[in-house]
Amino acid sequence: MPTTRDDRRAERPGRTRWTDAVNTSTTGARTTDGNADWEGVRLHVVSGKGGTGKTTVAAALALALASGGRRTLLVEVEGRQGIAQLFDCPHLPYEDRKIAVAPGGGEVYALAIDPEEALLEYLDMFYHLGRAGKGLKKLGAIDFATTIAPGLRDVLLTGKACESARRRTHGRFAYDAVVMDAPPTGRIARFLNVNTEVAGLAKFGPIHTQAEAVMGVIRSPQTAVHLVTLLEEMPVQETVDGVTELRQSGLPAGGVVINMARPPLQAEDESDTGQRLTPELLEAGLVAGGIKPTRPLISSLLAEADEHASRIELESTGRALVRGLDLPVYELPLLADGMDLGGLYRLAEALREQGMA
Amino acid sequence: MNRLEIDELIDDPGTRILVCCGSGGVGKTTTAAALGLRAAERGRNVVVLTIDPARRLAQSMGLTELDNTPRRVVDVDETKGGSLHAMMLDMKRTFDEIVEQHADPERAQQILDNPFYQSLSSSFAGTQEYMAMEKLGQLHATGEWDLIVVDTPPSRSALDFLDAPQRLGSFLDGRLIRILSAPAKVGGRGALKFLSAGMGLMTGALSKVVGTHLLTDIQTFVAALDTTFGGFRKRADATYKLLQARGTSFLVVAAPEKDALREAAYFVDRLGTERMPLAGLVLNRVHATRAGRLSAERSLAAAEALTEQAESAEEAGGEPDGSASRPADLRLVAGLLTLHAERLRVIDREERMRTRFTSIHPEVWVAEVPALPGDVHDLDGLRVIGESLGTG
Repeated sequence: MPTTRDDRRAERPGRTRWTDAVNTSTTGARTTDGNADWEGVRLHVVSGKGGTGKTTVAAALALALASGGRRTLLVEVEGRQGIAQLFDCPHLPYEDRKIAVAPGGGEVYALAIDPEEALLEYLDMFYHLGRAGKGLKKLGAIDFATTIAPGLRDVLLTGKACESARRRTHGRFAYDAVVMDAPPTGRIARFLNVNTEVAGLAKFGPIHTQAEAVMGVIRSPQTAVHLVTLLEEMPVQETVDGVTELRQSGLPAGGVVINMARPPLQAEDESDTGQRLTPELLEAGLVAGGIKPTRPLISSLLAEADEHASRIELESTGRALVRGLDLPVYELPLLADGMDLGGLYRLAEALREQGMA
Repeated sequence: MNRLEIDELIDDPGTRILVCCGSGGVGKTTTAAALGLRAAERGRNVVVLTIDPARRLAQSMGLTELDNTPRRVVDVDETKGGSLHAMMLDMKRTFDEIVEQHADPERAQQILDNPFYQSLSSSFAGTQEYMAMEKLGQLHATGEWDLIVVDTPPSRSALDFLDAPQRLGSFLDGRLIRILSAPAKVGGRGALKFLSAGMGLMTGALSKVVGTHLLTDIQTFVAALDTTFGGFRKRADATYKLLQARGTSFLVVAAPEKDALREAAYFVDRLGTERMPLAGLVLNRVHATRAGRLSAERSLAAAEALTEQAESAEEAGGEPDGSASRPADLRLVAGLLTLHAERLRVIDREERMRTRFTSIHPEVWVAEVPALPGDVHDLDGLRVIGESLGTG
């Protein structure tokens, strides 16, 4: 494989205006509250195929929704501590923790839901178990119960998220919105519908009641299930299938977030897309820019242009499929430096500009 | 960095099982398929067990239905005496087959009809991982193939694959489920008499929580399963042992991203703890350039100069003087140079990620696959990947 990485080890590439161009090329800025696409939604469920950046998008959405003095809760359910890693903060406990301040004075809290703790909490709520609850834990019963009853784990996870979305303090909601970093698309409908299944399996008792109540929230307009995708074949296909599945299961499909989108080469002059890059044209351009136009350089750069063009073409095919879903679509740029906290704020801003928050 | 010699690995007749692990979205399925194809065309009789392939990739391998049976892949070069079979895992069907094989028809039906079983076999987190291992065990037992390549189920954590059998085994076979299922077996609550008051309170609470119906379903299910298998955990343990057996190798698949490499590192550590043999790391979608001599700085500076020229040409009103290019052309070249700089930044970041991994795990051998502009969905695409895996 040809690579000349060693040549550039000492270099520190500067800032490009490439991604910035995309950030501002989206629809006109919308900064006022009450104008967003998901006004009235209290629980935002963010899913997507593995590797598409669910956690990042969920975090950016929580930040975006919090801006302008609001308060949001970002919830993690898979026990991977992805939020802590993203925000560069210590391991999150099973307790709401403030992790970031949003532009305009908002606050983002985070919660890593632990199924065992959630079960103990419920047991205590329903039976006032107190010390017996601790005994249960000692005997491994909690571990047992969260693993054994099919989906009980998911019931507790969804239940806790719904509870956070509905919690009130001093007569008003504790959070303006709750954003859940949910399991991947392949499992999302089953995950959210687990309460229906459990309500059928456990026909009586508090779990049954709880499951019914959770389903009430999840199927209502207070919930929106957003899917994150990349403009590649498999993630797009999975998104299309996922939306179908959500609709069939009666779950409220929200928006589609296209993540890591690449800008076309002619981003600054879309009207001129007809023109082709020829070796002569490139040579003249390099000379004009003060770069010696060697033959290998020209052919390598042309190869990079071709590769980019075929990717852009694939992306537009994918984009067309996503747009065909008849759901609001948002687009986030690829950050060449990788994901960091600064990048997260930029993504949040992009979501706000596009009206997702 | 130690380069992983994929061809040596797949040509070695001692390599019998290759397990491709890694977090979701890193290209496990494609890697497994490409390895299988390459090994087959180099003369091995291979079966690839895939979990959830992209539709077009599956079609190109002749996998049009989920029938849980290996199918011979056509259009494979078999001149070296090899062959390629492929199959997609049907998790529920695999579980059903295990039940049907081990129980008499009446009891099997009893298990299959049990609501708890139905729920467990189709939705328990971990069933898919466990069934993938079961199927691997079955394929291995037939002795029909001399190399089995396994793709693992999509999950955020690569560790789920290793944890699932024990989780499934230990909850079906654990102390508590035995206590709970005791009444069903002896036909009454007799067994509970011997339990302490605390335990009684606990089962009471549990039955309140999960509901009496569900508890009864679980009890009858476990009783039926128990008489059929004589302990599920034993079976799970035996399957797990296969992964430690001679001839099994793990390939950890990752992309040069922070999260994927962190997962890969966890997995590498875990394999060490479990004394399972790691063949190496496959790093997918690595960006490269042949124009590395043109640095990002110079590229960007030139792009800026070209944009300025284009601007002043436009201000001067249309056509530039002399041999200079049209403003639109200048902008196009500026765009390409910016793109090149961007690419160098990506390469730089990927290299930092890889270096971090290889300094922490210098013993891990690495094979790299370059990022392709398009998706892979035919045998030719798989051959290209196989080629870069083999020759680097």
